Amino acid sequence: MIKLKPQFETRHHEARYKSYIIGFVLSIVTTLLAYFFVVNNVWPKEMLIYIVLGIAVVQLLVQAVFFLHLGRGSRLKSITFLFAILIVLVVVIGSLWIMQNLDYNMMHMSPDEMEMYMHQNEGI
Amino acid sequence: MKDIVEETAVQEKKTLGFWIYLMTDCILFATLFATFAVLRNATAGGPGGSELFDLPFVLVETMILLTSSFTVGLAILASTRGLKKQTLFWLGITFALGAAFLAMELYEFNHLVGEGFGWDRSAFLSAFFTLVATHGLHIAIGLLWLGVMIYRLIRFKFKETDIKRLALFGLFWHFLDVVWIFIFSIVYLIGSMA
Repeated sequence: MIKLKPQFETRHHEARYKSYIIGFVLSIVTTLLAYFFVVNNVWPKEMLIYIVLGIAVVQLLVQAVFFLHLGRGSRLKSITFLFAILIVLVVVIGSLWIMQNLDYNMMHMSPDEMEMYMHQNEGI
Repeated sequence: MKDIVEETAVQEKKTLGFWIYLMTDCILFATLFATFAVLRNATAGGPGGSELFDLPFVLVETMILLTSSFTVGLAILASTRGLKKQTLFWLGITFALGAAFLAMELYEFNHLVGEGFGWDRSAFLSAFFTLVATHGLHIAIGLLWLGVMIYRLIRFKFKETDIKRLALFGLFWHFLDVVWIFIFSIVYLIGSMA
């Protein structure tokens, strides 16, 4: 009979309050951390970019666990979440990769040269 | 008992359906993020992020949205305990914080356009406005939804459906907060590095 109770009722209220407070504090701390790193230029730019991205991902995980309650409820929730992340990474990294390659290959060409290149190599 | 089981199953399905919507929304934002990332240096001789963005202003915006994400959580917890007044109080705070966030964003947009740095200035600014304003539009729709819920709570008795609707709204609002964290990190923080 106990099993029939809805899942969100089985956890104690205090535990749920605690979960929100921990999530909130961690989010504030990570946001401020990223902000101060950037404002004070703690590291060289190339490194700082990856650190800020890393902090953003940490905060995504914090909010997914403490606010969105990933892992509780339907298993499909986690599966669709992971699938969405996969698509997001393919879209973002794929776009950057392709466009950077394109930029690199088309570099140092004047419009006239480009026209000639297109005519000779692509038949356009 | 059978009713409870069925109702929980139905609610679980509704939550999952809404969750899948959020994930597709996530992919919409991913395409806009990709566009922004590709066009980040395409300023056409115009100003880049380091000249345009006012980081302390954006930090305040971020803190406001983060806090509203927290207060909507408190409203949900109050609603599952059946405390109508407390629920209304936290929802009111959430609405005020959301409205403040939106007002600050509109102020920033207005300021940029007024300076002559609107979406027509460069590809970089087009991508910036598209990404940030799409998030702002979601916030505006969320505020509309929240307003309707607050009205319903004031006007009618506290019902089981209100609690369920509130739980879905909470998911939506937390999701927008997560998207904003990435806008804050990628567009503003990384974008403002000279």
